[in-house]
Amino acid sequence: MLEYLKLETWLPENVSTYGAEIDFLFYVIYYITGVAFILVAAAMVAFLIIFRHREGRRARYVHGNTVLEIVWTVGTALIVIVLGIMSEPLWARIKQQVPPSDIQVRVTGKQFNWEILYPGPDGKFETADDVQMDNELHVPVNRVVQVFLTSKDVIHSFFLPNLRLKQDALPGRTIQAWFEATKPGVYEIPCAELCGFGHSGMLGYLTVHSAKDYEKWVKEQWPQS
Amino acid sequence: MAEPTGIQTAHPVEHVHHEELGFWRTYVFSTDHKTIAKQFLFLGLFMMVIGGLLALMLRWQLAWPETAVPGFGWVPEPYMFEGIIPPETYNMLFTMHATIMIFFVIMPILVGCFGNFLIPLMIGARDMAFPTLNMLSFWVGAVAGVVMLTGFFVPGGHAATGWTAYAPLSAKAIYTGVDWGQNLWCISLIILAISSMMGSINYITTIINMRAPGMTWFRLPLVIWSLFIVAILLLLALPVLTSGLAMLLFDRMAGTHFFLPEGGGEPLLWQHLFWFFGHPEVYVLILPAMGVASDVLSTFSRKPIFGYRSMVYALIGIAFLSWLVWGHHMFQSGMNPALGTSFMISTMIIAVPSAIKTFNWLGTLYGGSIRFTTPMLNTLAFISMFVIGGLSGIFMASTPVDMFIHDTYFIVAHIHYVVFGGSIFGLFAAIYYWFPKMFGRMMNEPLGKIHFWLTFVAFNCVFIPMHILGVGGMMRRIYNPTQYEFLASLQPINVFITISAIVLGLAQIPFVINFFWSLFAGKEAGRNPWQANTLEWSAPSPPPHGNWGEKIPVVYHGPYEYSVPEVAEDYLPQDSPLVVPALAKH
Repeated sequence: MLEYLKLETWLPENVSTYGAEIDFLFYVIYYITGVAFILVAAAMVAFLIIFRHREGRRARYVHGNTVLEIVWTVGTALIVIVLGIMSEPLWARIKQQVPPSDIQVRVTGKQFNWEILYPGPDGKFETADDVQMDNELHVPVNRVVQVFLTSKDVIHSFFLPNLRLKQDALPGRTIQAWFEATKPGVYEIPCAELCGFGHSGMLGYLTVHSAKDYEKWVKEQWPQS
Repeated sequence: MAEPTGIQTAHPVEHVHHEELGFWRTYVFSTDHKTIAKQFLFLGLFMMVIGGLLALMLRWQLAWPETAVPGFGWVPEPYMFEGIIPPETYNMLFTMHATIMIFFVIMPILVGCFGNFLIPLMIGARDMAFPTLNMLSFWVGAVAGVVMLTGFFVPGGHAATGWTAYAPLSAKAIYTGVDWGQNLWCISLIILAISSMMGSINYITTIINMRAPGMTWFRLPLVIWSLFIVAILLLLALPVLTSGLAMLLFDRMAGTHFFLPEGGGEPLLWQHLFWFFGHPEVYVLILPAMGVASDVLSTFSRKPIFGYRSMVYALIGIAFLSWLVWGHHMFQSGMNPALGTSFMISTMIIAVPSAIKTFNWLGTLYGGSIRFTTPMLNTLAFISMFVIGGLSGIFMASTPVDMFIHDTYFIVAHIHYVVFGGSIFGLFAAIYYWFPKMFGRMMNEPLGKIHFWLTFVAFNCVFIPMHILGVGGMMRRIYNPTQYEFLASLQPINVFITISAIVLGLAQIPFVINFFWSLFAGKEAGRNPWQANTLEWSAPSPPPHGNWGEKIPVVYHGPYEYSVPEVAEDYLPQDSPLVVPALAKH
């Protein structure tokens, strides 16, 4: 039974470098809120039983307790501020400080596909060796991948459940995101923002290759180079 | 304090209406705040049936995708295909479920009905400051309701962009295939905003100017404080929504490009405008329930509310902070991530006043003499469910964790713990508690308890598992979860939720029976069936036009003087002139 109370029973397998840190934070909040809930619920149930109406016993005439109120105000404030402080550096590292990389792709959402544009061997977009694929994102394992996200029509959201990454793709601007996969395999890329009648089923696939397989895949795509 | 203090001069001259009003002026275009309150109540309950059915239909699709919904074979194509819901219709179902529940159920009942009913009665006024404006507020709201329902019958169907209507999806008909549905959605909400503005101005004016002699600010019941603060929130938030809706309508109909990048517009502008309204709006839905809970809890614990002043300051604190947190809906939107950090901090801080309220409610229970009446049970459910909803909010306040759970069922679970577990249980508590005053008859207790327990258990069976779906990564607003491999193992949970949701729907039948049966055959209530302190219980049940006879009450005490040691009874009505030495310091 206790098995089902563990987050990892339900979380999709994590295959990203920063995913473990997100999961850790998830756990911290889960335990803090879990303990808070159990304490509040236990106190409430206990009070309901102990202080239920009985003939001949009057309720206490009390209006409050300043010390107690200060204690729980400050206590709660401290906990949430600590959680804020714990969250900030991880957030900054994932969303603000994109590490440099030579693996780059453009991902463009459009009703109802992910268009993936590879720069090809020259590493530059909008050159002759660019290759575009629908819904197929191929990357090597253990390498930082830079994603340039945009959209052709409405807002979509680029979601990699197994890599704990989510970033909306907006028409009219390009947003950078990044991830580093730690395990080869095929993972789904659903769209997480309502984008029209085909939103459900707007689905791409992320193929994480081992270093050797990735080279092979590159050779297949760009045989002349 | 024997000397009445507070506002006395602003009170209207004592005049009681004696002239007979005709049918239309009594029941339809009435200016009596109590009749208008009942009109809002019936509007809200009627809409709740529609909103609930929409929810059950979309739950059917999620459990047994693309199978015929029983009993819906009659719906014409292309809306349904022999009972099977197509994706376009599915998007319309969840959009309209949320729109109706938020704007046409919770707001009309908690703010429209109980605001109207309670404010004059609890502050000791004969009516609202502007009775005609009050009548207009209801009827403008009713027009908004008709316009909203009309959207179901126009070609292309109703709005299908979620209740958040994110542009550009909502800004151009070609993106959804919905034309007039979305237009009517905008128009209806603009009309409703006008209705709410009229109500807010009325509430604020009435509370400031028309309190009975002796009704000082800190003798106001907390439910009145909450409605006062909600009215201010609405007054400041609604114009922002209205402007946004007008811009959206211009984009759709007049070729402007406020939110369309191809013409130089900015899609995120809509989200900023929407959530600048939308987050205070969430507190508009929950604050009145907090007020109701405080009053009911004190009455049935037979004990003063714990930390009255800190409850008031917490309400004000929540209201103020609610203007600074809108960006937490937009962490993954492409908004500058540095801004995300500041919104995370303000969001974390808003947990503090919420926690203060929870601890004060617990403090009220401690040492009480607790009566488990139906309104009390619903209040206890409100508190415990609000705690879950509040705590689950901390997950998405943390920006990195939000990256994973944003736009998943974790959010759906959270919002329902707040607005169903919170607002709806608060709403039921209010109905059971004030029904005797509204209609002069008691509701049936055993039926009320059956309704409560079935609702409480079924509610948790529906919404606890949604957290698990969210942790599993299931996206909200998807039509068919079986299209995804990584969600395959979660499908039995979807089936369980849907069965529980059907039970939750059926659990409302005892309430409907109880409500209408008690209306005609309930036990006569008398003036003060709960032995409560606040002023409404000093008026006859139901109160006549003008609420009190010749003289309006004078207030001598705070609203929560229960179990005062020097008083024989365990309650002390606010208008009791009894001088109690122990009270002098409070």
